[in-house]
Amino acid sequence: MDRSFVARNPSVLVFLALLSLFTLVVTVLSEGFGIGVISTSFVKTLGKTLCLCLIAVAMDLVWGFTGILSLGHFAFFGLGGYMIGMWLMYERTRLIVVDAMSQAEIPPTPSEVVDAIGSQIFGVVGSSEFPLVWAFADSLALQLMLVVLVPGLLALVFGWLAFRSRVTGVYLSILTQAMTLALALYLFQNDSGLRGNNGLSGLQNLPGVTAAQDIVSIWFLWASALALGLGYLLAAWIVAGKFGSVIRGIRDNEARVRFLGYSVEVYKLAVFTLTACLAAIAGALYYPQAGIINPEEMAPIASIYLAVWVAIGGRGRLYGAVIGAAFVSLLSTWFTGGQAPDIPLGFYTIKWVDWWQVLLGGSFVLVTLFAPQGIGGLFDLWSNRRHPDRHGANLGPDAGSLREKEATQ
Amino acid sequence: MFRLFLASLALVGTCLTASAQEAALQTILQEHRATIAESSRKTIGPAIDAIAASGLPQAQRMLETWAAKDMWMRKSDGLFFAGRKGEGRTYVLTDFDTGATVGSFASSELAQLKPNSGIRAMIGTALVRFQLSDPDRGKRLSALDSIQRAPEAVLLPPLRASIEAEPDVEIKMRKQRLERLLTIGYDTDHRARVQAIDDMSDGLGLDLRAALNPLLVTSRHVAPALPDEANIAAVLEPGREGLSVVDAYDLLVARDLAPPRVSQDDIRNALAAHIVGGRVGDVPVAQLDTDAARAQAYAALARAGAVPALVTQADMAAAVAGHVFFDAYVEPSRAVTEAAQQALDRIDLKVGMNQTLDLALDAVSLASIYFLAAIGLAITFGVMGVINMAHGEFIMMGAYTGYVVQQVIPDHTLSIIVAIPMAFAVTFAAGVAMERLVIRWLYARPLETLLATFGISIALQQLAKNIFGTQARPLTAPGWLDGAWVLNDVVSISYIRIAIFVLALIFLALFLYIAKRTRLGLEMRAVTQNPRMAGSMGINPGRVNMLTFGLGSGIAGIAGVAIGLFAKVTSDLGSDYIVQSFMTVVVGGVGNIWGALAGAGMIGFLQKGIEWMNPSNTLAAQTYMIVFIIIFIQFRPRGIIALKGRAAGD
Amino acid sequence: MSTLLEVSGVSVSFDGFRAINNLSFRIGNAELRAVIGPNGAGKTTFMDIITGKTRPDEGRVIWGEKSVSLLRLSEAAIAQMGIGRKFQKPTVFEDQTVQENLLMALKNTRGWLGVLFYHPTATDLQKVDDLATEIGLWQELTRKSGELSHGQKQWLEIGMLLAQEPRLLLVDEPAAGMSPQEREHTTDLLVQAARTRAVVVVEHDMEFVRRLNCKVTVLHEGSVLAEGSLDHVTSNQDVIDVYLGR
Repeated sequence: MDRSFVARNPSVLVFLALLSLFTLVVTVLSEGFGIGVISTSFVKTLGKTLCLCLIAVAMDLVWGFTGILSLGHFAFFGLGGYMIGMWLMYERTRLIVVDAMSQAEIPPTPSEVVDAIGSQIFGVVGSSEFPLVWAFADSLALQLMLVVLVPGLLALVFGWLAFRSRVTGVYLSILTQAMTLALALYLFQNDSGLRGNNGLSGLQNLPGVTAAQDIVSIWFLWASALALGLGYLLAAWIVAGKFGSVIRGIRDNEARVRFLGYSVEVYKLAVFTLTACLAAIAGALYYPQAGIINPEEMAPIASIYLAVWVAIGGRGRLYGAVIGAAFVSLLSTWFTGGQAPDIPLGFYTIKWVDWWQVLLGGSFVLVTLFAPQGIGGLFDLWSNRRHPDRHGANLGPDAGSLREKEATQ
Repeated sequence: MFRLFLASLALVGTCLTASAQEAALQTILQEHRATIAESSRKTIGPAIDAIAASGLPQAQRMLETWAAKDMWMRKSDGLFFAGRKGEGRTYVLTDFDTGATVGSFASSELAQLKPNSGIRAMIGTALVRFQLSDPDRGKRLSALDSIQRAPEAVLLPPLRASIEAEPDVEIKMRKQRLERLLTIGYDTDHRARVQAIDDMSDGLGLDLRAALNPLLVTSRHVAPALPDEANIAAVLEPGREGLSVVDAYDLLVARDLAPPRVSQDDIRNALAAHIVGGRVGDVPVAQLDTDAARAQAYAALARAGAVPALVTQADMAAAVAGHVFFDAYVEPSRAVTEAAQQALDRIDLKVGMNQTLDLALDAVSLASIYFLAAIGLAITFGVMGVINMAHGEFIMMGAYTGYVVQQVIPDHTLSIIVAIPMAFAVTFAAGVAMERLVIRWLYARPLETLLATFGISIALQQLAKNIFGTQARPLTAPGWLDGAWVLNDVVSISYIRIAIFVLALIFLALFLYIAKRTRLGLEMRAVTQNPRMAGSMGINPGRVNMLTFGLGSGIAGIAGVAIGLFAKVTSDLGSDYIVQSFMTVVVGGVGNIWGALAGAGMIGFLQKGIEWMNPSNTLAAQTYMIVFIIIFIQFRPRGIIALKGRAAGD
Repeated sequence: MSTLLEVSGVSVSFDGFRAINNLSFRIGNAELRAVIGPNGAGKTTFMDIITGKTRPDEGRVIWGEKSVSLLRLSEAAIAQMGIGRKFQKPTVFEDQTVQENLLMALKNTRGWLGVLFYHPTATDLQKVDDLATEIGLWQELTRKSGELSHGQKQWLEIGMLLAQEPRLLLVDEPAAGMSPQEREHTTDLLVQAARTRAVVVVEHDMEFVRRLNCKVTVLHEGSVLAEGSLDHVTSNQDVIDVYLGR
């Protein structure tokens, strides 16, 4: 126990090394900085995938380690994206507006500039007034703080309400799903102040940056890789210590942890909020690479997909989450992008664009049934990691206590 | 025999009188020959009035003929006749008064009268008074319709006159009602109008409100002092509610009582127009990026007389203070407006109560939809504790089954009767297969059940897309379910919603019967409460679980048929209902069918209530509803109807 | 002898069934007490009430010198005040090593920030080693506790309980499923523990209770039927009627 953190967790070092190597290779192969083997759009896909890996790490922390199957983390992801998107859109529109107005005979007043930006941004929803939520959109620093603060605060309030009333297990999952749905529906409204179903667009253009997209994409790749590396390190540090011990305890037997004197609700709340912030950071890096964000992205189904990635990758181990997110999302891009070859069966041709979801759903059922350890479980074969015989006891807190109850009755 | 005699006598009479032109109508027509021939909407009025006022029975036929463009004028003597096409280019003319054929004339000798649409409308109004007493019931009804569509003061006397002799009770009642409504609007006597308003104010019909509302139309006025003669609705104080100082000032501007305001845009344009050597009124152009600098520059221009002076806040306040602003009724009679206002207040109250009833009916029907969608879930999730994310897809499968059945059986009634058991069979089989293949391996791992069933859900959704395409498929309700049950102008409910409500009740009864009265229900409850004990009592828990799950899924399929009848059948149909269904079960309380009922009721009423408060925005309503539910769960984490004690688990 | 915990007039019912009926109970600072009673006597519910899992409908639960009421406190707060509980079925964190289990239980800060930045000190590790030796699991420190035998898990749980350094130990059927030697060891551990703190043992096994050699409380239908030495209660006619006589 007294050895250093890295020495106790060699997999962290391996992961960081692989991540650095990956970033380096992509940079060398890119159009912006290297020999141009990888197209800029693919660099963006890879950068986005790194962000998805980060939110998967967050999901693993909250689900795989703490046992809270949150179906709401993509809401935080999206909120993070919205927060940074507001600044990007405001600043870029401001530059355009100022440029256009400098042609006028009379120089514009500040309020005229703001009004013009407002009518540019909100014209699509039939408005030109800046809603209150845009109050800080002119400041990058404040908006960057909001990236973490807004989702963090939402997670804090929601989590406090949910955990305080001891909502656990599937109930909690449904409740988080409802929260996500409520948020998405709210943002779909035109008067939500975030342009309704149009969302925010043009986010790929960094205001004031003249560099071409092939350069910018590499910057974002680096930033995403850095965020993933730091997030992974943070998550690994958290789960390696006593805190990790407690949250795994909560996952396996919530009541027992409570009787040890730990305030389970506070721990859950801490993890839930922290992972919400991580998800938001991932979102804030993802959407400038995607270029557009709209409420559709935050629909409950996205969060369920997140759970799918983590489950396929292998929950309860951080690298499993990363592998799952990268593997499934890249595969999904490949299949739905029409790159996968069709399979002619003579009487019917399987087009993967149509059948990928069926394949994904089916394989997900199979993984849940036959390989609960996910892809990460393959590493156990190699490293001979042994699992205790848990006599069928479940990982989840609710099921664990259920069996406990049956036993004591 | 006597009749025949009379007829022949009349015929002889007409022949004798035809040339003499003694008959009244032709005389009237001749009096107005010029205006009739001219056919101008502006001048024709007196002619039509005179014809209608003659009260001659033949006037109706004459007006109808005229409106149908079948009236001709003989050029030789300027007499008017009804014409009908004869041989070649000739027309056979008939006298209006006698009905006798005058003879056949070439079209060159005649002039056709072609009233334009404006005149035809006037003729139509004039005709109404004849039609009101027409022996044909249909004509009387259509006359009433046309009065209702375009009420006019002139129609009041003939309407009144026609009531007494009206033989048909129903039409008589309509006439009386219409007479009251017209009295409200057009009677010349105030007391009669007030009386009519008082008579009618017990009702809440749209027609009554349509009659009352115009009486209360106001227009906004500005004057140096309050006039005595106006029927004033409200005196407005600028700067207070309803009228800002700027609006008041704009009113003055519109009446040419004050100079127009100079807007920011005006200032900018004025400045741009007066740039002299990079400066405007001594201010460098580059410095004109603040409102203060612009105002200074503009003031300089105004001093130079180049632009109109700026209207300041003080100017506006002063101008506004010199006038009174008020809303006056267009209707001059104070007694009438007061009575109308009181009547409308009473009606509004009544309408409000009826709207509440209507809302409650809507909520009940929404609740029954949610109940239908959730009842299967209440069984699988509530009773078995299995969370089935593919429940929504079972609903979808049921709806598509209904669609496929309708493709085979075109008769809508029969196809629905077949579709319901078919949908049950299909989804029952799917549910049993799913339970056997997937869920039974995961009973101890509810979170993983959630994920595995989600996998099935996305696969099924995509499969449906692949098979049926992405466009919505119709599932048509039988004809006898079209239409609505109308209580009054406010309260109505469509038959399809009533059918769904009835279906929900049937399912409730069916479920209660199965749970409480059948062997399966007994075993189901036994397995739910203690599977091991049930097993040792000789119950096969696997079989019971399978059947229970099949039952829940089957009911979802039937719910799908019901939902498909009023919603579009798409592959997303299920996912639209899944969250609400879970909410219904969770809010109501798990493990209890009454809980699902209570949950559906609460969510239905809540959603309608929120929609009522903010009718324009159903998205917002859903958002607030979910937020409310999240908060509700704080206070009753186990739902409305909660199991207590150790059985509830902790 | 001063009173550590006083339960007075407590009642609780589930759906009309009265699990605990006007129960009163008190225990001193360093006392070993056995609670016996037939199935459904309310033994587990009694423990649930003390540890805050179940809220009684009426009655008082008073703790310590300052006479704090436990009724409004959460389970975690009650545990932090010094009440440790061992469940009937051994519940250790099977996915974690023996050392991690003990470290988690070790009396230390329970706040999440403190725990996040916690690093075990040499003293802590020494304490864990000592405890592991005491419960005979020193060899198994780095093993996953899920791999332990049933009896070892029971001991580990007792060890975790001791690591909490509670002032009151609630132990539910510690000897269930143990071999005779293991039982003896368990008895020793409990008797040893009761020298410095209060220990309440719920047990079915009369032989085990006899070996504890302590005051016995007999529960029946949610209230105290008899209290005293084992010999005293076993000669009580009521106790014989409802429990022992069958």
